[in-house]
Amino acid sequence: MDNLLNGLVLFLNFVVVPATSYGAQLALGALGVNLIFGVLRFSNFAHGDTMAFGTMLTILGTWALQSAGFSLGFLPTALAALPLGIAGTILFCLAADRLVYAHYRRQKAAPVVFMMASMGVMFILNGVVRIVIGPNERNFADGERFLVTAQQFKDATGLLEGVTIRTSQALTLAVAVLAVLALFLFLQRTRTGAAMRAFSDNETLALLCGVSPKVVIRTTWIIAATLMTVAGVLYGLDKSFRPFTYFQILLPIFAAAIVGGFGRPVGAIIGGFIVAFSEIALTYAYRKVVLYFLPGSDMGDSLLQLVPTDYKFSISFVILVVILIIAPTGILKAKSSS
Amino acid sequence: MKRAVQLYGVLTILFLLVGFFQSWSVALATLNLCLISAIMALGVNIQWGYAGLFNAGIMGFAAIGGVVALLVGHAPVWGAIEQGGAGIALSFVVLAIGVVAAAILFRCLKGVLKYTLPAPMLVVSFVLFRQFFVPARQAIEAYDPAASGFMGGLGLPILFSWPLAGLAGAGVAFLIGKVALGLRSDYLAIATLGISEIIVAMVKNENWLTRGVKNATGLPQPVPDGRLLQQQTWLIDLVTWMNRSYLEALSATEQTAALRLLVAEASSIIVKLAFAGLFAAVLAGLLALCVFALKSPWGRMIRAIRDNEIAAGAMGKDVAWRHLQILMLGSAVVGIAGAMLVTLDGQLTPAAYIPLRYTFLIWVMVIVGGSGSNVGSVFGAFLIWFVWVQSEPIGYWLVKMTTFWMNDTSPIRTHLLEQAQYFRVLMMGTILLLVLRFHPQGFLPERPRRNRQSRSVGE
Repeated sequence: MDNLLNGLVLFLNFVVVPATSYGAQLALGALGVNLIFGVLRFSNFAHGDTMAFGTMLTILGTWALQSAGFSLGFLPTALAALPLGIAGTILFCLAADRLVYAHYRRQKAAPVVFMMASMGVMFILNGVVRIVIGPNERNFADGERFLVTAQQFKDATGLLEGVTIRTSQALTLAVAVLAVLALFLFLQRTRTGAAMRAFSDNETLALLCGVSPKVVIRTTWIIAATLMTVAGVLYGLDKSFRPFTYFQILLPIFAAAIVGGFGRPVGAIIGGFIVAFSEIALTYAYRKVVLYFLPGSDMGDSLLQLVPTDYKFSISFVILVVILIIAPTGILKAKSSS
Repeated sequence: MKRAVQLYGVLTILFLLVGFFQSWSVALATLNLCLISAIMALGVNIQWGYAGLFNAGIMGFAAIGGVVALLVGHAPVWGAIEQGGAGIALSFVVLAIGVVAAAILFRCLKGVLKYTLPAPMLVVSFVLFRQFFVPARQAIEAYDPAASGFMGGLGLPILFSWPLAGLAGAGVAFLIGKVALGLRSDYLAIATLGISEIIVAMVKNENWLTRGVKNATGLPQPVPDGRLLQQQTWLIDLVTWMNRSYLEALSATEQTAALRLLVAEASSIIVKLAFAGLFAAVLAGLLALCVFALKSPWGRMIRAIRDNEIAAGAMGKDVAWRHLQILMLGSAVVGIAGAMLVTLDGQLTPAAYIPLRYTFLIWVMVIVGGSGSNVGSVFGAFLIWFVWVQSEPIGYWLVKMTTFWMNDTSPIRTHLLEQAQYFRVLMMGTILLLVLRFHPQGFLPERPRRNRQSRSVGE
């Protein structure tokens, strides 16, 4: 019995807990992608780098607060600097919209042209982030590192294996739940939210009904920028901040958005967790877990790792391809706005 | 036409300036990379300019070309092949049988069985594959890891790899296109972005095949060897004759030292010139093919599809197949360029494959040069690569000028100087956005302007 429990705890610690927080981060990212896709109708290639930009601003704010001796106790200081990061990212997104995307909207350009323009924005952010904070890894998590340490868990339960819950992981989940709740309340209960949904469902009809495209688009950028910054900061707190990883995270985020169906907020959340759980469950080495479940089983030197960690991106990709083959509109039937 | 001549004239002057004021070696090195970039840009232009396909994975196709160059050109490592060659071959045969069988089942079966039978079959064949593959890989990677640790290649002349790289690029493009084409335009971009990340991850990690980040060096060169060239008497005589007035002014000992330096430089220039000749020949051939293709009935059809897919479809054109064809053609050209790049370097450097340089910079070249215009894309490639190379010193200069009032030890100034290389990324983004906004047809636009207009305005 103890063996089974130990195995389960091990699985919980190395797969379920990290995948839950990673899934929440991906879901927040995919929500942003979906919003922009639903309202502005293009895949935003600058998404990852905008996340990096928001995180960078937050890190700078964190450093300023830290040097001023400010602290949030057991919570990371970055949480206090988050509003600054969000504000900066909102400003940037609104400026980018006015200077770049608005022009193509007036021209009624094809989605692919928007995508190209978002690539230009990505380039600029890429340069700015590297110039300001450099290409290297930055760790900005402080406060209490663990909510539950492995030792505490072992002492409390008497098991051999422990579950570690990092503050950043608990925080990720809490913040993500709050953000998603707020977003859904906004979309369902407010006039602007209803206008956004109408606009994304049928632009012409919405405009005929007197929906102001300016307000809708501005609100979309504000919400998307908030989601991007929150997702980026949570990811950075959980792992660490390195500009290039924020470019690479674009693929899992897109995969999550497509799995759920482009332009579907609920789908983005489901998609985020599907991608995160597959990625972590497939790259985890199960040797120890199996030894607990089937003691004495002979596995040679095999680690029982299905996919090497270096190929974790291939999992998002395979999910993407499978969805494109089986259900191109996503598992929740995306809007067919092409 | 006049405009093209003028713009290429400006480029020539720029290169001559670099040659006279910096060095001929630098000018030729830049020129060689310009030529390769131009071929990549041609490939991207086929996809984007002819058909409006957004390929965000150019890096991956270039990397495939590089691997093909390695596998064709590198001498085989017999020891490693003896250790694990059979195991590797067996494992892939097993995998291929499993995949083909699953594919046939997927095609033939209907209903629930369509998914429930092939999926476990794939899993089983993958497990069997690992059974043979893992020990074979370990054996190969353990063989003399300091010097090889991989299987090497076929040991053929490396020029063979160029057409083969084209085939490999087209093959991968076929698989991607089958899945992602015909859906929303974004899906192709996302799928190609994904496949390129995976390909580069494989090139970095599959040590048994590519030697990974340890870099597989020692590829044969299709041009004379620089070191052998330095010992040729005709070259030494030629260099002596060309620099006779300079050499006469020196003493005897100084003369030999100076002569050695001059000969070394001359031989490197000759090698680079030979490369430039090869690359220019390939570029000219491909460019001619592209120009003729675009003028032919096939080109008219392709442009018709691009400008109005629905109308072209109604006229009986098979839009999906033509898009797949275009994707494969463009990727083949990028693959060729990838193989050429590795040939030029003489080694495969997997860590050098970064999306910014191999995907997005090529896009800037095509947009700036003029999407849809072959001559324009080539011009864009030359211009952008030239600016990319030369803008690094400009970045430093800019930082120095804007921070001159700061103390030399000021942390902000030192930090900015360290990161000055990234100013060129910022600059490329700005150039891309400015051209896209104010001059979307590029420097050398595609001839019929009304087509361009109708496309940039909407579908």
